Amino acid sequence: MSTQNTNADVLLQIDNLESYYGPIMAIRGVSLKVHEGQIVTVLGANGAGKTTLLKTISGVMDPEKGTVKMQGEEIQSLEPDAIVRRGIVHVPEGREIFPLMTVAENIAMGAYTRKDRSTISVDEDMVYSYFPILKDRRTQRAGTLSGGQQQMLAIGRGLMSNPKLMLLDEPSLGLSPLLTQEIFEIIVRLNKEQKVTMMLVEQNAKVALDAADYGYVMELGRIVMNDQADVLAASKDIQEFYLGVSQDENQRGQRRWKQRKTWR
Amino acid sequence: MDFLQLIISGLANGCVYGLIALGFVLIYKATEAVNFAQGDFMMLGAFVCIGFTNHEYMGLDFWVAVPLSILVMGVFGYLFNWGILRHMFGQSQTSIVILTIAMGFIIRFFAGFFWSHEPTSLETPFAGQDIRSGGLVLGIDEVMIVVVTAILTLLFYLFFSRSRIGLAMQAASQNQLAAYYMGIPVKRIHSLVWGLSGMVAAVAGILFASKGAIDPSTGLLGIKAFAAAAIGGFGSLPGALLGGLIIGLVEPLASRYGPPGVSQIAPYAILLLILIFRPGGIFSQTQRKKV
Ligand SMILES: Nc1ncnc2c1ncn2[C@@H]1O[C@H](COP(=O)(O)OP(=O)(O)O)[C@@H](O)[C@H]1O
Ligand SMILES: [Mg+2]
Repeated sequence: MSTQNTNADVLLQIDNLESYYGPIMAIRGVSLKVHEGQIVTVLGANGAGKTTLLKTISGVMDPEKGTVKMQGEEIQSLEPDAIVRRGIVHVPEGREIFPLMTVAENIAMGAYTRKDRSTISVDEDMVYSYFPILKDRRTQRAGTLSGGQQQMLAIGRGLMSNPKLMLLDEPSLGLSPLLTQEIFEIIVRLNKEQKVTMMLVEQNAKVALDAADYGYVMELGRIVMNDQADVLAASKDIQEFYLGVSQDENQRGQRRWKQRKTWR
Repeated sequence: MDFLQLIISGLANGCVYGLIALGFVLIYKATEAVNFAQGDFMMLGAFVCIGFTNHEYMGLDFWVAVPLSILVMGVFGYLFNWGILRHMFGQSQTSIVILTIAMGFIIRFFAGFFWSHEPTSLETPFAGQDIRSGGLVLGIDEVMIVVVTAILTLLFYLFFSRSRIGLAMQAASQNQLAAYYMGIPVKRIHSLVWGLSGMVAAVAGILFASKGAIDPSTGLLGIKAFAAAAIGGFGSLPGALLGGLIIGLVEPLASRYGPPGVSQIAPYAILLLILIFRPGGIFSQTQRKKV
């Protein structure tokens, strides 16, 4: 089903994208496709440009060159609110919740671009059904939640915009392996049950490739590799550099992986 | 009795300071800019209402002039951000501060040019009337100020905790980037906040000019309101009002019971003490954010 080469069902298509921070070129000509219904992961070490890529898609940064097409229409020059209305929501790195507002108010802000109260409240129930802990804490200030709960809130809040495509920036950041597992199970369920296409940025290649259909690998602002998730997971380069499986059980390789882990 | 009258008149002054301070804090919380022209906005609001109401100008009915002036100042605030400040997006805070200071000078010039450099009072239907009970004589204007401020405080509370736009303003002030991600049009929200603080300034100005005379340099009162905002904790709306009330109360008490001249420095002395012993202000929010 998921050959990345056909153009059928392409939800998001990025061509030759370049983004800068002042004189610093952070995205150096990225092209990729996200097919409807898929989970596509973008892997890469710290500083590879993953967050910048997502920011450029969601419109908080404007690219210098290249196009971002959502369902065939160019969106790279739109304001962030117009992009949310097109069905793309960005769940940012480090949660970025509204700390002094309650959980329920945070959830309500996710629906800011929508008007119809009845469908909003149906979606609220849907969010609370995936994250029952948030329902228990709905009157609590969001800043007092634990890291895992804040991540759940960030995802739940994002769902409230009724997105076709969710951009997830390192949802495993700072979470225990158990919590990471739990969050990823919910991401996969949301993809299957709510038909939300996911673009998932991760440094944690193992969980990401387990969940994803297709994967891209980014280094220094460029895509250096792309393939089906299971093919990537089996490839030597990925195993060595991102999954920490060293071919000759080399001690140095192991240590490097551990070092990388502490960076997360 | 005398003491009670002193307190009421202090409260009335304090409400005006508090409302100007509220304007500072609204803008600071939402946009992280400090509007040093907030006192001049207040003065302009007063003169706009004087222009609509007083007989030597347009002579409109007072109850028509008041909402009209509030509306005009709301549009003024909105356009000031939309037309000028928005284009300085990404510039340093210092240049924005200097711009608002310059704006204050310009407003003072225009107020003198269009209206008057002389102290002018707003002609209100209740001017000079008193409420008497027992030995107590209260000016209706002073009672009015306290009541209007209380109602406005309640409206603000409801606006920020219930309305969609109010919640979005809170969201944008707590985490601007996240507000963008949620599709909140942050730049328009900023203009709306400027509009809102223009409206509050108009109310403060109308209240001020209904109690006494106002002239273009009255806008410099903004400095005192700035101290009020800092005393309350610069990011807190109730803090701004409380800071205003504290200053309003301390002034008449200090001038009655303190040595001569002390009432003029009392607000700043309190500000110093607060900044030394509770640097975040009374309603400091930084502690709460760290939880
Ligand atoms: N606000 C910024 N200003 C300047 N450079 C930045 C900024 N944010 C990120 N960068 C640089 O852009 C590059 C890509 O960063 P980023 O997209 O955050 O990478 P990743 O999310 O993959 O860790 C890095 O070299 C980083 O140093
Ligand atoms: Mg990142």
